Amino acid sequence: MASHSHHAHDEQLTGEIPKAQTKGIWRVFVILCVLTAIEFAFAFFMEPGTLRNIIFIILTIFKAFFIVAEFMHLKHETKSLIWTILVPTALLVWLIIALVTEGSYYADAVFNYFK
Amino acid sequence: MSTTTTLEQPKTGTWDGGNEPMKASYGKLMMWFFLLSDTFTFGAFLTTYGLIRHRHNAYTGTSEDFVFSNAYWPIPEKVFNAFPGFHGVDLPLAFVALMTMILILSSVTMVLAVEAGHRMDKNDVQKWLLWTILFGSTFLACQAWEWSHFIHGSDQGLALADGSKIFGATLVQNEYGPVLFADLFFFITGFHGTHVFSGIVLLIIMFINTVNGTYQRRGHYEMVEKVGLYWHFVDLVWVFVFTFFYLV
Repeated sequence: MASHSHHAHDEQLTGEIPKAQTKGIWRVFVILCVLTAIEFAFAFFMEPGTLRNIIFIILTIFKAFFIVAEFMHLKHETKSLIWTILVPTALLVWLIIALVTEGSYYADAVFNYFK
Repeated sequence: MSTTTTLEQPKTGTWDGGNEPMKASYGKLMMWFFLLSDTFTFGAFLTTYGLIRHRHNAYTGTSEDFVFSNAYWPIPEKVFNAFPGFHGVDLPLAFVALMTMILILSSVTMVLAVEAGHRMDKNDVQKWLLWTILFGSTFLACQAWEWSHFIHGSDQGLALADGSKIFGATLVQNEYGPVLFADLFFFITGFHGTHVFSGIVLLIIMFINTVNGTYQRRGHYEMVEKVGLYWHFVDLVWVFVFTFFYLV
């Protein structure tokens, strides 16, 4: 009951709306655009290979950092929340790397065995 | 009614629920944990992609001599080189670059909507939510075109040993390379596209609620923030799909 009676006129009573602070948001946008442009530069002007793939993955992690830290605001949350998200993610990255390398080896071994 | 009826008071002790160690609301925390679980789903896709790709031969020749064949994994920039309105022109990765920019831009307008929500600026929240819905829908439309082109294939098609020709890709045949390449394309970009679609539905609900003044009366725009988290996650997934499917 009380929850809607005293809020009824809020729309009229909001008063001054502060000015938007959007400089930081557009800065992150520019960073993401530049990182994507660098990725394209490498895609077209560098021969494919392990080194190029490593560069791609590093640039991707940089982009992911800016999206998660700034857009998703994780950088400004409490330490416990940051670690709650980052530790399982780190373990998952480990799992993916392990599954891909071990799985590739296993698949090759089975394939060669039945050849 | 008996006057002795008492409601249970909220517990305020540190170990009674009166403590908020992460300084985030229940809804926001649960959104974070959902996104974490979604990361595992996409991690499974990534693992599958890595394993299947490893089991196929890599193309070893030069980029100029590349032709489509089922014998090796194709070079992405040779597969994804079409642009709407430029039929037959070789524009490697141009369209996917445009899609990436659109999605990043939609993420920016989403943050701007959340920022406007912090200031209780209803008009700005509406404006930026509309932009986000617009960019998100544009991205989906682009993906629909990309799928359609991928399914219908190139003019020349791929000649098979028995003299027949196949055009485009389905789940069982693929003009551009191994069948599993097409399957992974459909599953990974399709799963991501489904996420974008869900995000747009949520954003439209947010927009209707904002127009109706639901959040203004509630006194905060946290719901927009929660959907914002989801939307940025979709953008984040695209960053990885883009790298592993189109670049590497």
